[in-house]
Order: sequence, then structure tokens, then C-alpha cells
Amino acid sequence: MKRKTKAAVKKIAGIVFCGLVYLFLFLPIAVIVTNSFNATTAKPYLTWRGFTFDWYVKLFDNNTLLTSFGVTIAIAIISTLLATAIGTLAAVGMYKYKFRGKGLIDGLLYIPVVIPEIVLGISLLTLFSNTHIPRGMLTLIFAHTTFSTPYVIFNVRARLAGYDQSIEEASMDLGANRIATFKNITLPVLAPGISGGALLAFTLSIDDVIVSYFTNGQVKTFPLKVMESIKSGVAPDVNALSTLILIGTILLVILTKSDLIKKIKALVKR
Amino acid sequence: MADEKKVIVEIKNVNKLYGDNHVVKDFNLDVYEGEFLTLLGSSGCGKTTTLRMIAGFEEPTSGSISVEGEDIHNKEPYERDVNTVFQSYALFPHMTIYDNVAYGLKMKKVKKPEIKERVTEMLDLVQLGGFERRYPSQLSGGQKQRVAIARALINKPKVLLLDEPLGALDLKLRKQMQLELKRLQKKLNITFIYVTHDQEEALTMSDRICIMNEGVLQQVGTPFDIYETPATKFVATFIGETNIFDGHVLLAENGRLHIAVEPGDFVVNGTDFISGDMLSVSVRPERMLYSETPVEGFNLSGTVKDQIYVGSVLKTVVVLSNGNEVKIERLAGQELPKGGRVYLYWNDGDAKLIHTFDNVFASAVENIVME
Repeated sequence: MKRKTKAAVKKIAGIVFCGLVYLFLFLPIAVIVTNSFNATTAKPYLTWRGFTFDWYVKLFDNNTLLTSFGVTIAIAIISTLLATAIGTLAAVGMYKYKFRGKGLIDGLLYIPVVIPEIVLGISLLTLFSNTHIPRGMLTLIFAHTTFSTPYVIFNVRARLAGYDQSIEEASMDLGANRIATFKNITLPVLAPGISGGALLAFTLSIDDVIVSYFTNGQVKTFPLKVMESIKSGVAPDVNALSTLILIGTILLVILTKSDLIKKIKALVKR
Repeated sequence: MADEKKVIVEIKNVNKLYGDNHVVKDFNLDVYEGEFLTLLGSSGCGKTTTLRMIAGFEEPTSGSISVEGEDIHNKEPYERDVNTVFQSYALFPHMTIYDNVAYGLKMKKVKKPEIKERVTEMLDLVQLGGFERRYPSQLSGGQKQRVAIARALINKPKVLLLDEPLGALDLKLRKQMQLELKRLQKKLNITFIYVTHDQEEALTMSDRICIMNEGVLQQVGTPFDIYETPATKFVATFIGETNIFDGHVLLAENGRLHIAVEPGDFVVNGTDFISGDMLSVSVRPERMLYSETPVEGFNLSGTVKDQIYVGSVLKTVVVLSNGNEVKIERLAGQELPKGGRVYLYWNDGDAKLIHTFDNVFASAVENIVME
């Protein structure tokens, strides 16, 4: 009898604790989502004054906010492509070949990851102003590529750790030349590492504030725009956009986690 | 071996160096069409390197390799009519069994219906029909091995190279796969060049065995030749168990040799030697005989150290006066008292005489040349 109650208490305590952790994680997000439907117009926009879609309507009239979002997405896509290409080649190259100074290069990779972002931001700013590269989209793309490349390298390298090089030899043995082997064997086997790295690079780029702050010139990315606007409390149209981004992200996660893509692929193949 | 056999792979004066490391030394070998040839040696003897040079993954430092009379030096691995079964299987993890086996045909741009037909046929041949849609990770070790073999055979190679393909399997499965590989080879009549360090495996499967040691070819021959007439002391000790007596010829007369070894001397038949030659005498444990009374022509005796009854045979260890141990295997018979004195002998022809001076001389010459 006693043992049974003990177990029940244990179980309830576990549920309560777990619930608190999740509440702590998700309550702030819930506030944002709720506030995006809040009809209040008085700053700081926190008292509930009824349900409305007004902020979503207003959002699509707010051209500067929408533009900044477009800029952020464009920078994220371009810098992700660059970082993925450079990072993948670097990881494969460092895996396959032995050369002098490999250990040093290896160690240096961790620097952009561990140094405070503010240091990276300032040094990039110094670099760009000394080389007279005008600050704007271009410098933002360079900067974002710089800090996300190591993450791609680490991800691809983790995949390479369990990689059996003899499958490439087997491919060549069976009549595939080097290019066909890279396309048919190397790339598909490394794909999970590459796409994981790319996803990481994309998220890092999309919500970067500090490095962007130093390298943006006149261009305003979405996070910078948000930072600017919160001086007067978080405007509900920012909440609205945040909610849309949240929905988009959740859909993306569901898409990648479920077998949906595989099923569609299989359908197309048939 | 029938002498009208056609040579399919010809390896001529091949050397392979990695920096200062001389891995394969002046290697010459003819491989005949349709035979099962095994490269046998302990790890690091250069056998895998030799195989990889035939496949095209390594280039010989000097010398040439021809397949069907054509020098393949300038051919990439994907241009050679040889296929390889890798030690690690090297199956493509992201492809189904069907796609793995079909890969070689797809690369050769064979039409889809023909691919389907040939893959199905090949999977049936290795008894994996019905596994088409599985992935390599869903198969057992033995099944993976069959897929690797099917994949390598699908292009109907002139020569199939196998690099210790059964090394990762457990003993029972290995024995079964040995017989199956042999059956496949006979059925398809494809030349197999098989690398292994397992002498029993080599004896079971091969038409001919090529024994290598430290990059040097020691002997090529049928399992019978290799076991019965080893060419070097290395071969004698590497294949099966044996007792080696090092010594020299005291007197050579009328085809009889009087040989002195450290703890004794004896007279055997032999013509290839003259007085003073250094030699090793190899006598297999199952050919070694003993008597409790002295035997004429033999002055070789010791004391019984141990006798172990292991069912089919009685194993006896005799210690000679210099402390060397001699192993004797007899069909179970009467036991000897421990510590008793026995006199060793053998029948004429059961002792294999191996020149050792030649080997010492050869390596001495080689050392001088190397320097």
C-alpha cells in the first residue's frame, strides 16, 4: 500500500516538474501569439482589449517591416548556400587529405564559434572599413557566411566520422568515374550532415543581431528592425509577423520530421 | 595444373614502395583463366596491396600488370574489367539491395528491363531473392557479404578480386560461405584472386596458393604441393604444424645424406645437396615416429614431456637434449611413460629438406643491393 502511494507521488511530482519546465519555455511565445490578436492601441500594448485581426492587416501595410523581413530571408538564403558549399568542401577536403598545418587549421575553426559575437562584429567592421567595402547587403552576406561556415563544417565532419571510404572505391570499381561517384555516392551519403549544417546556418543568419548591427550600413534586417521598434514597447504588428514566422517554422519542422517528403518523392517517382 | 591453361593476369617484376617502405618486392605471378588463386600471408605481407594494384586503387612503383595480355597501367579502376569484393563489404548504405546490385549495370548504361532481369537472376544465385527492397542496415553480416559478391559479379568481370571477404563472419558462417564461394566460382567459371591470412581457408578453397612473406613471393602451388613440399622454411612453418631441425650436411654419398643437427644426426635420402650445405629439415607431426629402442640411421632421442589424448589423435611432446620440443601426432595407441626415453625417426620421404644457405645468401645479396 505504502509503496503504491510512493510511486504515485513520484509520478505526479514528475509530471508537475516537467509541466513547469515546458511552461517556462513556451509561456513567452504564447504571450507574443496572444498579443498579436490583442485589440489594444494604448502603449505598451499589454492590456487585453478584445480579439482582432487588425495587426495582421496593418502588418501588410507596413512596408519597411516587410522589406526588412525580405532582406533577412535573402541574406539567410545566400549566406547559407555559400557557407554550405564552402563548409562541405572544406570538411571533405580535411577528411581526405593530409597536409602540413592541418591541426592548426582545425583548431582555428573553433575561433569564430567561441569568440564573443561582439568581437567578431567589431573585427569584421574594421576589416570592411579598412578595405573600403561599402557596408550593406554584400558585407552582411560576407559576415553571415563567415560565422556560419564552421557550423556546416562541424556537421558534415560528424557525418564523415562514420564514413567508409571504400564505398567510393566500390563505386569506381563498378564503373563510375570520379564525378559520378561524388554525385551518386559521396553526396547522398553525406546529405543528412550537409542539410543539418545548412539548416543551422540558415537559423543562425535569420536571427543574428550583433554581427549584423556592425556590418549592415543602411540595410535593416528584421531583427534589427525589431530592436529599433521595441524602444516604444513591442508593437503588435511585430508580434503578428513573429507569429507568422513561428507558424512557418513549425510547419517546416513537421515537414522534415515526418516522412511527408519521402512519401511525396515516392509518389513522384511512380 | 594443366599446362595448356590460358594466362589471364600477368604480374611482372612489380615493386611497390611507400616512401622507404618496400611493401611488394619483385613480384612475378601468372594467374590462369578460371582458377581460384589465393594470396596467403600474415598481415602486412603485401597481399592486399598486390590485390589493390590489380584493381587499380594503387599504382605499382615499377613493373607491369596485364589482363588478357593488355597492360592496364594507364587504366582507371572504372575502366578495368575486374571487380572487387571489399573486406568491409562497402555496400552503399543509402541504396536498397536491388540498387546496390544494379549499380554496375546502371553505370554501364544497360537498359532497365535487362537490369531487372540480371539483378533478379544474380540475387537468386546468391540466395537473396526477395530482399530487393531492403537496405544494407537491415541485413546480417552473411547476407551483406552475399550482396557484395552479387554486386561485384553482376558485370561479369574477367577476374574477381576478394579482399578477406569472410574475415568479419563467425566461424560457422565462414565455413559455409567458403563452400558457397567455391561453388559460385565453379559455376560461373570466373577467375578468383582471393586474399586471406587464414591458411585453413586457403587450403579448403584454392586451386593454387601463392604464399607471401614481407613482400616476397615464397611459393606458388597447389595446396598439396605447398603442404607436402614447402619451398622455404617460412612456408613449412606457416602452413600447418611442423618440426624444424636446422643443421648441415656432413656427407653426401650415393643419394644418401648424413645430416647433423644440434642434438643429433641422421641419414636420409636426398640428391640436391653436397657436403657442408646448410639446411632445414621439416617433419610434420603426423609423420614423426618414435620407438623405445634405437632405430638404425637415426641418432635423435629425447624424453617424453607430455601426452594429450584429444579423441582422434594422441599428441605427444618430446624434449630433445638441447631443450627443443618435438610435436608428434599418432592415431591413439599405447601411451608412453612420462619422462621415458624415446628414439625419433621417420620414413624416407617424410622429411622435407630445405636449403637455408640460399635464403641467407639471397637476403644478404638483397641487403647489399638495397644499400
